[in-house]
Amino acid sequence: MPQTSAAETGTGATEDTAFEIAVSTRNISKNFGEVEALNDLSLEFPLGQLTSLLGPSGCGKTTLLKIIAGLLEPTSGEVEVNGQRVTGPGPDRAFVFQDFALLPWASVIRNVAFGLELRGVARSEREAVAESYIKQVGLAGFENAYPHELSGGMRQRVGLARALAVDAEVLLMDEPFSAVDEQTRRKFQEDLLELVQDQKKTFIFVTHSIEEAVYVSDQVAILLPRPSRVSEIIRPSSFRGKGVDNIRRDPEYLDIVDEIWASLRRYVE
Amino acid sequence: MMNRSLTLKILSAVILFGAWEIAGHIPVSFAFPTFLESMGALMRMMGDGTMLDAYAETLRPLAVGIAISAFLGIALGIWVGLSRFFDWLFSPIFIVMQAAPLAALIPLLVLAYGIGLTSKVLVVCIMAMPVIVLNTAGAVRNTPDSIKEMGRSYLATDLDVILKIIIPAASPVIFAGLRLGISAGFIGAILAELKITPTGVGDIITYSRSIADYPSMYAAIFSIILLAVLFLNLLERIEAVLFKGNQRGYASD
Repeated sequence: MPQTSAAETGTGATEDTAFEIAVSTRNISKNFGEVEALNDLSLEFPLGQLTSLLGPSGCGKTTLLKIIAGLLEPTSGEVEVNGQRVTGPGPDRAFVFQDFALLPWASVIRNVAFGLELRGVARSEREAVAESYIKQVGLAGFENAYPHELSGGMRQRVGLARALAVDAEVLLMDEPFSAVDEQTRRKFQEDLLELVQDQKKTFIFVTHSIEEAVYVSDQVAILLPRPSRVSEIIRPSSFRGKGVDNIRRDPEYLDIVDEIWASLRRYVE
Repeated sequence: MMNRSLTLKILSAVILFGAWEIAGHIPVSFAFPTFLESMGALMRMMGDGTMLDAYAETLRPLAVGIAISAFLGIALGIWVGLSRFFDWLFSPIFIVMQAAPLAALIPLLVLAYGIGLTSKVLVVCIMAMPVIVLNTAGAVRNTPDSIKEMGRSYLATDLDVILKIIIPAASPVIFAGLRLGISAGFIGAILAELKITPTGVGDIITYSRSIADYPSMYAAIFSIILLAVLFLNLLERIEAVLFKGNQRGYASD
């Protein structure tokens, strides 16, 4: 059975404290005018693992991610990354966007190197770094192509390479695979598992797909709306080591997917 | 083998000039010369230096006016697009400028600034600037939020966001505004020479008409249109070199 910890609303503390914590959010509230997007939300993200934020639309998962990124300021509460309080975007975090957010006038290599360009890294140096990451995400040969010449999946690979190129400790991914087709998405999910293993980075992954969350995550945080809170933290335990081909028919995988759907069902109209 | 686009350009020119030639022979009006007569007058005026002198005169307010309109217009447009306050402050001025019947206002300009270069430059600016400012402002305002957010998340400063994201993203619409503004500027330059003091190309038009030398008059009109077309083509080339990836739409298409 999965280790399931039903955290009390508001504290969200995991029962398992054996992990080193890379990112923690404490008592985060966020209001957009009258609308309360997040209310007193606390959550911890273990180092070197992938944590999914899963929930129905409107539960504030993207808002939470943007607060961690420093793109939005919380109305109250604080975010810490490696013990440092977040006051804005920082070199320790890199963001992968749902709509890719590529510069259409820039070639693949310039897009991938853009984060380094903004940091003032010399051209030859940043292009060398970008080239190696372009190769790593499987886009070798497309360095001088423009985004409009690439398929959706390839564009998101560019977005991923850009995030990897700045070598941040924390990767923030906002529904990164939702705009690509199903088959590409499956490939991405498999590649992501490999990436989490190879790179000693902390991944925070927003998704609305239950299967995707369970498939890729070391830890799934389920967010519920009205008021926004962490209702449950699920840590799949048994199928992670069995290889990518076996996960989808593992009984634990199927149980967790069902269980999550059972708890989310009533929030979906 | 010529490429298709060039063939089409030559074909449409041949059809247009052919129709002009035929219309001149009918004739549609005694005041309407044939294409060949007009070209003859053009050659003659280029040969004896009349055209060169005229353009030396006309290009001055035109070049100064367009340079001011382009630089000031784009700078103001970016500013207006970035700030709600400057939008409130400047936009109405340019909307009024664009809508105003300029020919009727020229006497006022002459009253204020005399009949010299200043008034003519102002006429060019009034014609060219509003569309440049308003287009630029609109394009800047409509920069997709996601790429601005991307810039900030990768540690761009405000200046980086403006220079590396907003301006390149706005550039297709800025260039469209420039094209419209510059063609309006050409109209303004000739309008100024017809309405303020007859100098340069405006003088050839006015003088030839007064002595019923219609081929020369149409030659002058033709030459200014030709110049405008060539200039706009040059602008298109510049845009294509500066922003290659913009030619085929956006990545989010």
